[in-house]
Amino acid sequence: MGRYVIRRLLQMIPVFIGSTFLIFFMVYALGDPVAALFGDRAPDPATAAQIRNELHLNDPLWKQYLLYMKNIFSGDFGTAFNGQSVTSLMGSAFPVTIRLTIVAIIFEIIIGITLGVITGMRRGKPVDTGVLLLTLIVISVPTFVTGYVLQYLFGVQLKWTAPSVSPEAPFNELILPGLVLALVSLAYVTRLTRTSIAENTRADYLRTAVAKGLPRRRIIIRHLLRNSLIPVVTFIGTDVGFLMGGAIVTERIFNIHGVGFQLYQGILRNNAPTVVGFVTILVLVFLLANLLVDLLYAVLDPRIRYA
Amino acid sequence: MRGATRVRWAVGVTVVALTAAACGGGDSGGGGSSGGSGGGIVRASWGDPQNPLEPANTTEVQGGKVLDMIFRGLKFYNPKTAKAENMVADSITTTDSQNFDIKLKSGWTFSNGEPVTSDSFIDAWNYDTQLKNAQLNASFFQYIDGYDKVHPDAPGAKASAATLSGLTKVSDTEFKVRLNQKFALFPDTLGYAAFDPLPKAFFTNRSAWLAKPIGNGPYQISSYTKGSKMELKKWDGYKGPDPAQNGGVELRVYTDNNTAYTDLQAGNIDLVDDIPVSQLRNVKADLGSRYINQPAGIIQTIAFPLYSPRWSSANAAKVRQGLSMAINRDQITKQIFEDTRTPASDWTSPVLGDAGGFKKGLCGDECTYNADKAKQLISQGGGLPGGHITITYNADTGSHKEWIDAVCNSINNALGNNKACVGAPVGTFADFRNRITNKQLNDPFRAGWQMDYPLIQDFLQPQYFTGASSNDSHYSSPTFDSLVNQANAAGSTSESVSKFQDAEKQLVKDMPAIPLWYQNGSAGYSSNLSNVALNPFSVPVYNEIKVS
Repeated sequence: MGRYVIRRLLQMIPVFIGSTFLIFFMVYALGDPVAALFGDRAPDPATAAQIRNELHLNDPLWKQYLLYMKNIFSGDFGTAFNGQSVTSLMGSAFPVTIRLTIVAIIFEIIIGITLGVITGMRRGKPVDTGVLLLTLIVISVPTFVTGYVLQYLFGVQLKWTAPSVSPEAPFNELILPGLVLALVSLAYVTRLTRTSIAENTRADYLRTAVAKGLPRRRIIIRHLLRNSLIPVVTFIGTDVGFLMGGAIVTERIFNIHGVGFQLYQGILRNNAPTVVGFVTILVLVFLLANLLVDLLYAVLDPRIRYA
Repeated sequence: MRGATRVRWAVGVTVVALTAAACGGGDSGGGGSSGGSGGGIVRASWGDPQNPLEPANTTEVQGGKVLDMIFRGLKFYNPKTAKAENMVADSITTTDSQNFDIKLKSGWTFSNGEPVTSDSFIDAWNYDTQLKNAQLNASFFQYIDGYDKVHPDAPGAKASAATLSGLTKVSDTEFKVRLNQKFALFPDTLGYAAFDPLPKAFFTNRSAWLAKPIGNGPYQISSYTKGSKMELKKWDGYKGPDPAQNGGVELRVYTDNNTAYTDLQAGNIDLVDDIPVSQLRNVKADLGSRYINQPAGIIQTIAFPLYSPRWSSANAAKVRQGLSMAINRDQITKQIFEDTRTPASDWTSPVLGDAGGFKKGLCGDECTYNADKAKQLISQGGGLPGGHITITYNADTGSHKEWIDAVCNSINNALGNNKACVGAPVGTFADFRNRITNKQLNDPFRAGWQMDYPLIQDFLQPQYFTGASSNDSHYSSPTFDSLVNQANAAGSTSESVSKFQDAEKQLVKDMPAIPLWYQNGSAGYSSNLSNVALNPFSVPVYNEIKVS
């Protein structure tokens, strides 16, 4: 097991280097950021040259990349155009986004799996059809629609919560944004759990458990759910990375100054250090989340072993 | 017990992962001193400034808002009339439009107690110009003698002087400025933020100053969390005639103006100075008289790449005039912009006022919709180059796509040809600007001009003078240039303005850029506020706002 983890961690190194290079290359391909700094005014050539020089934009791409990597390993992720270091941007953005992701994941797990179990147990009943229909609606409506509608409903009409989140973004203000962010994934989790449960209720070991006269609760939680959760865990695991990087829309709607906000601004302003830095961290999160998922398999299903 | 070990492993890895995430985290900082509503604080929407908040390094309006509150320069533009009035300056005199004698009022201080002296200006202007400081607005000092030594233009060139030779200190309250050419309107440009004074604290510890800028304006910054909010409080020691009428301003960064608007409806914020296009239909019903929609010093045009062989021929001017006449400005401003734009009939802006050089209808027939005449002119000019044109725009900000499509539609209808004009989107503003500065465009592109100071000079010279900094069309007309030179050398403001208008008439003939419309500033506010107005730069006049 320990060996397996070490091997996986080592495998992350080439993935990390490759992905940072790709991102670096893509941001570089967006073009020269200096012209945009001057707004609608043409840059004065001397100042522009000075800025390009400071940002090492005149060097060839490979040299810029090496320089960037060298700085990263000494903990320096570069500077955004407003003079803030990217590390300090990360310091303010990641905690907010992590909180938002946690809220969203909790919603997915609690509501998604519960609904999945209920519908899986009562296939074909009105509850099942109703929930299926509901998930279909949720999946087909884009996030920005549900976001704006719920924001208007709860924020302006009912006044249950403020429409936007304060800069400190405590957990209690993130409930509505978290729900909006989770909605689509939540629907998928429900459907995945339902299918998986429905399949496993017909399994031999379950029939044995019922025949043995085990209590119903124990059958469902210990035997049925544990075996049915593998696809769901896979989904939720990859979703962690997706939720953190893909919260751009939700973060914009609720004015949350998290990762999505910084990425959006970095892209608009062609600021390579911001974009590459944030995406690099997101890549790491994704890799770690995947590793976690693989390890959780072994917990859920004793037949799976890692050596 | 294998299961248990596995669980422990999984937990261990989770902990490692979370610790790693926390390392990225760190302290988010930011004190929770919200202060609540009331208390005379204006809670206003804001956007994250693109550059550090230095006077000569701020090129966009969000940073400009703050500088407007915490700084006062030699001159100040009257928020109502746009006229440049003396602020820190006691008098600015000249006899030859080239040598200026600037006297300061005594008693002005920065909010840290430092007096505002002629050194505050001279040191600041030298710093702003020096090449090594790479200030984005350095070119504003180009008319001061010695600029080319301190800030040589060629990329890679080294500065041969550290200070502007055109600036001489006479005493703590007086200094002289010598320009490298005659420029009658020079004193009126001094209200621009780039010319603000800087305290010694800036030069001794720049990074500390940038974290919490210190100025001499009606407000001082009490806290600044970059990227999320800034709290400003009224500065009681302010010496100017326009002290703050409220206790302070809290600026909150919004990424999406829709959210800011929703917050305004929910009473979560008091002032929004950018009404989203999608809400323009509802805004009157939602806010009633608390909605402001008034002209600002912004004009939108379609500029032509006159360096391209497609547009450089003598006959092409006719085609450009024809295209201008093919655009139904009234209809587009009504239907797409809900009257938040005013059809343009010259190359300046109504905020200048008649005395400042705005002249309604200066462009005449050439800027009035007339489909038949348009068709006729275009065919006289040899038709559209290659049979069709594209209009390039950036698709990332503003809702440019909608109106570009409408403009093309209008042109296509006038010419009776569905393929005459199409929009050509470019992904980012940065890329868009690059293509323009590198002369990569062969067809017209959208252009916008937001004035730096309310002068007709600022609308014409930077954009249309040969080789000027924002002459994206690379327009060059000896007649226009000589009239501008005469205007700058004129003895009086009114004489100067009328020369500038003569120069502007040359633009009608050559049509290097088609004037489309003047952009309005829009804002909405809550019932807590009164006396809310926008200045000619479409920025709210924060210090005049009263909070109930």
